[in-house]
Amino acid sequence: MKCLVTGGNVKVLGKAVHSLSRIGDELYLEPLEDGLSLRTVNSSRSAYACFLFAPLFFQQYQAATPGQDLLRCKILMKSFLSVFRSLAMLEKTVEKCCISLNDRSSRLVVQLHCKYGVRKTHNLSFQDCESLQAVFDPSLCPHVLRAPARILGEAILPFPPTLAEVTLGIGRGRRVILRSYLEEEADSTVKAMVTEMSIGEEDFQQLQAPEGVAITFCLKEFRGLLSFAESAHLPLSIHFDAPGRPAIFTIEDSLLDGHFVLATLSEPNLHSQDLGSPELHRPVPQLQAPSTSHLDDFASDDIDSYMIAMETTAGSEGPRALPSISLSPGPASEEEDEAEPSTVPGTPPPKKFRSLFFGSILAPVHSPQGPNPVLAEDSDGEG
Amino acid sequence: MPLLTQQIQDENENSLVASLDNVRNLSTILKAIHFKDFATCFATKNGIKVTVENAKCVQANAFIQAEIFQEFVVQEESVTFRINLTVLLDCLSIFGSSPMPGTLTALRMCYQGYGHPLMLFLEEGGVVTVCKINTQEPEETLDFDFCSTNVINKIILQSEGLREAFSELDMTSEVLQITMSPNKPYFRLSTFGNAGSSHLDYPKDSDLMEAFHCNQTQVNRYKISLLKPSTKALVLSCKVSIRTDNRGFLSLQYMIRNEDGQICFVEYYCCPDEEVPES
Repeated sequence: MKCLVTGGNVKVLGKAVHSLSRIGDELYLEPLEDGLSLRTVNSSRSAYACFLFAPLFFQQYQAATPGQDLLRCKILMKSFLSVFRSLAMLEKTVEKCCISLNDRSSRLVVQLHCKYGVRKTHNLSFQDCESLQAVFDPSLCPHVLRAPARILGEAILPFPPTLAEVTLGIGRGRRVILRSYLEEEADSTVKAMVTEMSIGEEDFQQLQAPEGVAITFCLKEFRGLLSFAESAHLPLSIHFDAPGRPAIFTIEDSLLDGHFVLATLSEPNLHSQDLGSPELHRPVPQLQAPSTSHLDDFASDDIDSYMIAMETTAGSEGPRALPSISLSPGPASEEEDEAEPSTVPGTPPPKKFRSLFFGSILAPVHSPQGPNPVLAEDSDGEG
Repeated sequence: MPLLTQQIQDENENSLVASLDNVRNLSTILKAIHFKDFATCFATKNGIKVTVENAKCVQANAFIQAEIFQEFVVQEESVTFRINLTVLLDCLSIFGSSPMPGTLTALRMCYQGYGHPLMLFLEEGGVVTVCKINTQEPEETLDFDFCSTNVINKIILQSEGLREAFSELDMTSEVLQITMSPNKPYFRLSTFGNAGSSHLDYPKDSDLMEAFHCNQTQVNRYKISLLKPSTKALVLSCKVSIRTDNRGFLSLQYMIRNEDGQICFVEYYCCPDEEVPES
């Protein structure tokens, strides 16, 4: 594989690497006939990101050396990021960037040709890997929002940098609401500030979602894609479904496209009426175990609808791994640990981000557990 | 005003008196060599040389020539003392390290001699701070015996071209390998880190290259942890001269222009890490 990026596109590539670096620790680089794909997945496998740069993005693009198979590789995100660390430098001094993947040398070579004839050569070691691919189809998501990245970028600006998740929903008057999501275990009386931004329908290029729908997802990854989309002046589309189902964030251009698939919090209690009212009051008791809500549904509805709910959440048809995915044992075991943290008495209810890859095999949604029995009394806090 | 009278009385007994209208002309240069707490100061009638060393392998010298000071008197042939550089720099920036534009901190520095503290009188906007810093027994400093007649390769670069390279050095690499050669790759900086190797090549006809005098191919490795602190000097400098001698010792000389447009020099010497196997 050999490709040559010139001019402003070097910075675009750098920006893409920066936004991928917010998600995963490893970068999957795969030259395809229809372009160079850069992918990553986070360690808990709840976020997946993919950029595809079309051959036209490059001055020169050769997916494979003639007579050779397509190579693909996995490298440490940190080492690839270090090549593109300073975006200001990329813009100011780098004239062209040549990336080549050679089987013989077992190195991914990134060469930056800079001003004054200075040439930086990075020989990065890589690992062979299987293709990383999450299965998702934005067209299957019933709800779609599309807006210029700048609008969304400005809307999330007021959120504190430490905020982990944000709730996005459609409020009264078809206004799009973004609100900081606070974990339930936080003491409700001293609950930290809630920030809420509301954007009018007219700012959206597309708003295909009924009032009352809402999803909660991680802000960090979203920020990453947004900053890329903002710098590229591209609109961002958000495809989503019910809470708990992955949300797909896409940007598209003739030269590149980007897909971020983020798990959303499965919290059926996130009621739509919240979004309309200025104050935040959660109608659901804070101490309720997350799964009991399904029992509520069960109680109030007939058994069939419960079974359907079970199927859609537990037997998710949504994104999951292709069999070909190389799953390192590390994250997998983490997953298993995460699957049953609620067995430890006294811990707050686990967040219910589902892994995009393990969603179907993990965490049976209905493990009806009331408040956990107290096995050991809280100490009086002495010592 | 007992302070003032004492100061006047002591005037004749001081072996070193130096005053400066803008303390930053001194503090900036000292920051360029501040990678260890303790420094040795040598003052002669030509100026002050401040030396910092580490691991018996690297030495940094800052030269502040007498002309930089508005007043500079040395009573003896030479005055030598050791001082805590961190404390000295803290005192020099006691009115803040980034002053408001238009305000200058003036400095008067006195040293009575062996066993006495270094006295600093700092004044800004009519406010005077007096600092007394204890001095220590001077330690012998390393003699790198870096003689210009033994220099094999010499390159002068605009600092701009090296700044980024040094700030982005792959610190997972143990060494920085410097290749200087009359032939390709002319001047190359290489690191060998966890993620792989990187090379940075400067062609000899680059606009960054002010002078290129390489006689023989030399490949030497230096501990990256020892060289990294020189980034401080690099950042402040406008030009840097890179020289290696026949033993592979490295000399980095930085030309630093102060706020009044005067030129000062900071020099780093470093021993090579090990013999590079012939290849």
